[in-house]
Amino acid sequence: MTEAMLEVRGLTKNFVKKLDLAGRIAQKLGSSIREEVVHAVDGVSISIAKGGVVGLVGESGCGKSTLGRMIAGILPPTAGDIVYKGVQLTDMSPEEARRAALEIQMIFQDPFASLNPRMRVVDIIGEAPVAHGYCKASEIHEYVSDVMQRVGLDPEYRRRYPHQFSGGQRQRIGIARALAVKPEFLVCDEAIAALDVSIQAQVINLFMDLREDLDLTYLFISHDLSVVEHISDRVVIMYLGRIVEVAETDDLFREPNHPYTIALLNEVPRVDQRGLDYKPIEGEIPSPLDPPSGCHFHPRCPHATDRCKQERPVLREIAPNRWSACHLNDGT
Amino acid sequence: MTSDTPTLDVRDLKTHFFTKAGVARAVDGVSFTVGKGEVVGLVGESGSGKSVTGFSIIGLVDPPGRVVSGEVRFKGQNLLDLKAEQMRKLRGNRIAMIFQDPMMTLNPVLRVDTQMVETIRAHDASVSKADALARARDALGQVGIPAPDERLRSYPHQFSGGMRQRVAIAIALLNKPDLIIADEPTTALDVTIQGQILYEAQKLCRETGTSMIWITHDLAVVAGLADKICVMYGGRIVEQGLIDDVLDHPVHPYTRGLLGSVPGHNTRGHRLYQIPGMAPSLLNLPEGCAFQARCPKADDACKALPHITNPVPGREIRCFHPHLDQDEEIGA
Ligand SMILES: Nc1ncnc2c1ncn2[C@@H]1O[C@H](COP(=O)(O)OP(=O)(O)OP(=O)(O)O)[C@@H](O)[C@H]1O
Ligand SMILES: Nc1ncnc2c1ncn2[C@@H]1O[C@H](COP(=O)(O)OP(=O)(O)OP(=O)(O)O)[C@@H](O)[C@H]1O
Ligand code: SF4
Ligand code: SF4
Ligand SMILES: [Mg+2]
Ligand SMILES: [Mg+2]
Repeated sequence: MTEAMLEVRGLTKNFVKKLDLAGRIAQKLGSSIREEVVHAVDGVSISIAKGGVVGLVGESGCGKSTLGRMIAGILPPTAGDIVYKGVQLTDMSPEEARRAALEIQMIFQDPFASLNPRMRVVDIIGEAPVAHGYCKASEIHEYVSDVMQRVGLDPEYRRRYPHQFSGGQRQRIGIARALAVKPEFLVCDEAIAALDVSIQAQVINLFMDLREDLDLTYLFISHDLSVVEHISDRVVIMYLGRIVEVAETDDLFREPNHPYTIALLNEVPRVDQRGLDYKPIEGEIPSPLDPPSGCHFHPRCPHATDRCKQERPVLREIAPNRWSACHLNDGT
Repeated sequence: MTSDTPTLDVRDLKTHFFTKAGVARAVDGVSFTVGKGEVVGLVGESGSGKSVTGFSIIGLVDPPGRVVSGEVRFKGQNLLDLKAEQMRKLRGNRIAMIFQDPMMTLNPVLRVDTQMVETIRAHDASVSKADALARARDALGQVGIPAPDERLRSYPHQFSGGMRQRVAIAIALLNKPDLIIADEPTTALDVTIQGQILYEAQKLCRETGTSMIWITHDLAVVAGLADKICVMYGGRIVEQGLIDDVLDHPVHPYTRGLLGSVPGHNTRGHRLYQIPGMAPSLLNLPEGCAFQARCPKADDACKALPHITNPVPGREIRCFHPHLDQDEEIGA
């Protein structure tokens, strides 16, 4: 395998829900509200080769954004290592850390919360490139117009404020802001979820062009399995804070191994399926506040045995370049 | 009201934004109906006016925007004639909207239980607090929120993006309204949870006759759920009809381009089809058809506004040169 651009080992994040003022008052008044620990990311290891695209898929709330934010250096991990270009993030000199922070850019899931409502689009996109010398302050309008065009935004809109844009337009402002500092590694958190398919196609094509032209590397978080299949080389599947399966894209979609992956692929909606009768999820949806013992998936798994309730299945290589965390693989 | 009065009948609705830079005709002559228990999918270009159509129906257009003409008949009554106070009563009660941004539903400083109990008791003051809490708890369970008891005592920021969206969905379902306008409700959710939400939504339509407008760019979800589909471009519905008819035999050039951009099993490693050019700024839309700069079939005729026609039975489109020969290549 080529040398990893980014490697994370045993990455973990726990959120302790400290009570805020209202909560503390409620507690004083006798409410049973208490502090809780969420195991958002629980010992995750992945390695991403330069120029590669790794798709990250998993249930809502399973820790994908949290993992992405730790990799982008925005959120400090509770435990574990992040190694970027061979250097531990925590061992970097201030200069190296500044460089890494520019080179690793994140496109956020929530375009509403991630854009400063009091800034004009030209400044949202142009602020960092000017500050870091990618363009002169006097050329900010040309520079920003060019980036806006690349993500399919009309540069005429550049003097507007974020609230004057539709959801998909705001998402593209976030993409433009990330691309404006010429990143090498992009963490895309549901970056194209809010876009209609024609603009989605445009942005996916743009991502692929950038990969080819600039050798960009991607961690691509998405719920849309068709998009993930289209763009990724490898796919990582997470469930409740842990990785349950890692495989080359073709292998995963041809022959999913983990029961959660199989459930996911069964539910992928398709344009040629009409008038469906939807079914509720079988079993109980577990909580990250109180994850099930053993295999986290056992309350929903059709193959669960007693062993699954007690013993955590380890993520192990079941075939060349394929990993899965399920006891069923031990039988064979 | 007769039995065949549709739940919602929108006629020639126009909502414009009067900005300093000019008038943005975000919604410009939109007409469609939603029958009892019917699901209408509203899809289209990002920025084409889908959300603003929803806001106009429930009377939440903020200045500088204004509904300038048209009718919004809800069970026969024109909502545009209602006083603000009457409209407020209807909202969250007989008509509910699930916003693209869940924080438009959720109040960040109130705990989730407080918000849900308020919603229930605003509709029916005779419900006891304990009963309301029990219903709130059930509603969270229905949308797949684990540990609903603990989650009820949380504040919105303590949820992941997708969980927040599910809380907003649960609130919209609470009072079993006659009409739900759902704006990108499942975009942030993984496909198994999405299936659960679609199941609950479908159940509500079938059992209580709730009607739904499902705004999304996910054509596959619309395919499985909706009875009818409306495709928007540049503030107008350019094609509408029964779901099978439109998806299998789209006749408007924009609809054809849209369907051609969907990634799938055999697109990996290839560029996706992209509709050429980009969506024009609403501030300087061309006279006539808004799609003309990007349309392969455009000619001089398209400089006039295409009126609504029925080139095939049960289909309404706005186009001078519909694709009636289905064998033509997309983009031809
Ligand atoms: N600031 C926070 N405080 C407390 N808990 C948090 C915080 N941020 C995230 N969490 C919790 O951590 C878990 C993982 O959240 P995360 O946002 O990473 O999920 P996700 O996989 O990105 O989900 P989604 O697909 O819904 O965006 C969730 O249970 C969430 O409630
Ligand atoms: N406050 C505002 N001032 C000026 N223009 C606005 C305002 N709000 C919305 N618009 C414009 O109205 C148009 C329609 O917006 P709308 O939010 O309805 O789009 P949409 O179809 O829902 O798109 P998306 O799929 O991206 O959410 C957009 O072009 C937007 O720029
Ligand atoms: S370990 Fe057991 S419960 Fe977990 S996925 Fe495998 S069979 Fe199912
Ligand atoms: S009216 Fe003309 S420009 Fe518009 S979609 Fe039809 S052919 Fe194309
Ligand atoms: Mg997330
Ligand atoms: Mg919208």
